[in-house]
Amino acid sequence: MWKRRMFAILLMLVAVAVGFFVYSTETAISPYAFKLGLDLKGGTHLLYEADTSSVATGDVAASMNALRDVIERRINIFGVSEPVVQVSSGSVFGANTPRLIVELPGVTDISKAVDAIGKTPLLDFRLVAPGITDEKDITGKKFDETFIATGLTGQYLERARLEFDQNSGAAEVSLSFNKDGSDLFEKITKNNVGRILAIFLDGDIKSMPVIREAITGGKAIISGGFVGQEGRVEARQLVQNLNLGALPLPIKLISTESIGATLGEQAVSSGIRAGLWSFAIIALFLILWYRLPGLVASLSLLVYVALNLAIFKLIPVTLTAAGIAAFILSIGMAVDANILIFERLREELARGRSLNDAITEGFARAWLSIRDSNLSSIITAVILYSLASTSLVKGFALVFAVGVLVSMFTAITVSRNLLRAVEFETVGRASKFFFGSGFK
Amino acid sequence: MHIVNHRKFYYCLSAILIVLSLAAISFWGLNLGMDFKGGSLLEIQYNSARPEVAGIEASLKPLALGDVSIRTAGDNGLILRFRSVTDAEHQSISKVLGADGISVVETRFSSIGSVLGAEAGRKSILAIGLVIIAIVLFITFAFRKVSEPVSSWKYGLIAILALAHDVIIPTGAFAILGHFAGYEVDVLFVTAILVVLGFSIHDTIVVFDRVRENLKVAKSLNRRVGFSTLVGESISQTFVRSINTSLTTIIALTVLYILGGEVTRHFALTLIIGITAGTYSSIFLASPLLVTIERWQQRNRK
Repeated sequence: MWKRRMFAILLMLVAVAVGFFVYSTETAISPYAFKLGLDLKGGTHLLYEADTSSVATGDVAASMNALRDVIERRINIFGVSEPVVQVSSGSVFGANTPRLIVELPGVTDISKAVDAIGKTPLLDFRLVAPGITDEKDITGKKFDETFIATGLTGQYLERARLEFDQNSGAAEVSLSFNKDGSDLFEKITKNNVGRILAIFLDGDIKSMPVIREAITGGKAIISGGFVGQEGRVEARQLVQNLNLGALPLPIKLISTESIGATLGEQAVSSGIRAGLWSFAIIALFLILWYRLPGLVASLSLLVYVALNLAIFKLIPVTLTAAGIAAFILSIGMAVDANILIFERLREELARGRSLNDAITEGFARAWLSIRDSNLSSIITAVILYSLASTSLVKGFALVFAVGVLVSMFTAITVSRNLLRAVEFETVGRASKFFFGSGFK
Repeated sequence: MHIVNHRKFYYCLSAILIVLSLAAISFWGLNLGMDFKGGSLLEIQYNSARPEVAGIEASLKPLALGDVSIRTAGDNGLILRFRSVTDAEHQSISKVLGADGISVVETRFSSIGSVLGAEAGRKSILAIGLVIIAIVLFITFAFRKVSEPVSSWKYGLIAILALAHDVIIPTGAFAILGHFAGYEVDVLFVTAILVVLGFSIHDTIVVFDRVRENLKVAKSLNRRVGFSTLVGESISQTFVRSINTSLTTIIALTVLYILGGEVTRHFALTLIIGITAGTYSSIFLASPLLVTIERWQQRNRK
């Protein structure tokens, strides 16, 4: 008996330690502070769709990663703390066009953010089809027939530099390619001497130089398009943007979500208030109805809350408004395993078993029900998570799944051991009252 | 057992609710939110007194935003809804709202393209379908050893009926709320429906599990007892537990509805309606249906 009590006390001490961990890590500098979703701390969530029609199927993943790196670089310059740039893996049932998720905490000026990301120049080198000498030849032909893609794009750019023509003083932009780009550029120029290699920027022709000889060393110059003072400013800006990274793929913004920090703060404080009140009312109900076991269940629920919150910090789970709702819902549902056990316990007592046996029997019999019924909730959570179309729903599913698993754990460990620790040796009037139930 | 003996009354009650719900759904339809239809929502906060709504409507007219709905929010706030817009269009809207030097802060903006909306719709239907299939398979598996007097796949079948009941009633409620109060069906609504499915089956399993156990006990004790009595006993043994579990969950949800954030208010309401329907269907529908099926089998055998 004393062994059990010592064990229960140890269990509670561990729970208190867990609770202290949860509480003490809630500082701005702690790596274990709660991770709040954008809807709670304020920020912007952008969803882009990439046009991969010009890329071979096998290269889609690679160019998406290149796209992500470029956008990440741009955002870092923009000065956002902890931005997220993610290629959406696209589930089996989702769309087949690859997507890019951009999350910018603290940024609510979407236009500035969208500009910073989207206005990156799209650099593209295309060979002009033979026989085309002036604009009249272009009419009536498809773009791709006139300008043949070479595969050389901004993806291969290492850096751009602003230079000035030694004779005229006009601004020029010099481009240096990386290793792969240099090889590609050399091959293109070698095989197409005498043809025109048009340089496109964001779909517009910037320059149309004639290839005079094979170019080794991977350097190209955009010249002629920058006239006067305005041209200089334009060239300088272009160089800057090119150095931040040209987008390897064209992208389109398909969804925007932006929430101010105040709305998020309100959601957090109302969530916490709702959590505290629901816990208090549920605990009161449990103690009134199930008395001593009810008190045990309330303690066990408290352990459940602490354990859950600690897990949210350790995984870490990004909390959203829906995640908070899931957690509050799971507090309500976590009681279930306890109630199943208590009802069984009461039945076993009514059959005239001793309290000790009744507790053992009650747990053993309730376990099957607990396992089966929680499995169905886990199935729901898994399907929800894999098919979630928004981060709100994903946040919900994750918290819900963690909640169900932890509730099973606390019911069979904490509740059981606590109940065993408080059980009475004798079957007297007192224990009958404390282990009875209802409002009689 | 009262519930088993008067099962027809409870069937009727459910049938009436289902018919009403279906009528509301087919008559008024569901008020789909921008999650599914695509569209934009812009919430703004004026630092000084808020201008007249009619004036804002007029000034937004040249931007051709389609149907613009403007709702007041708080003291100096407004919530505007319109079709999905590009970033350039969003900028011109901001310019119009902040014209004449009015100081205005955008606290929330979201815009979802219609393609993305349609995709969310497809995914939602798929998710509901998958959850139902997974649950039925699971029940059939869990109850595979039960064959007398009702075979295990029939437990699964009854579970589907109960689940349909639990989905139709909150959906009907939202058709009614959508028509009269403008409530929208969004991805959180679908999430709530999925949770209700999991929860309701949770309840149904507990009662079925009791029936399974009592059948085993009766067999081992050689106790000859009618199936309807046995089901009745199982219901009364699990009744308090079912009600109490639902009660604690509904307490949590009601608190969430009252104190929780704006975002999850309708979500909490959907869950409250759904879980109530789910608890009802587990106790008053699913288990008595076992008895009804057993009766049919006997009649057919004769």
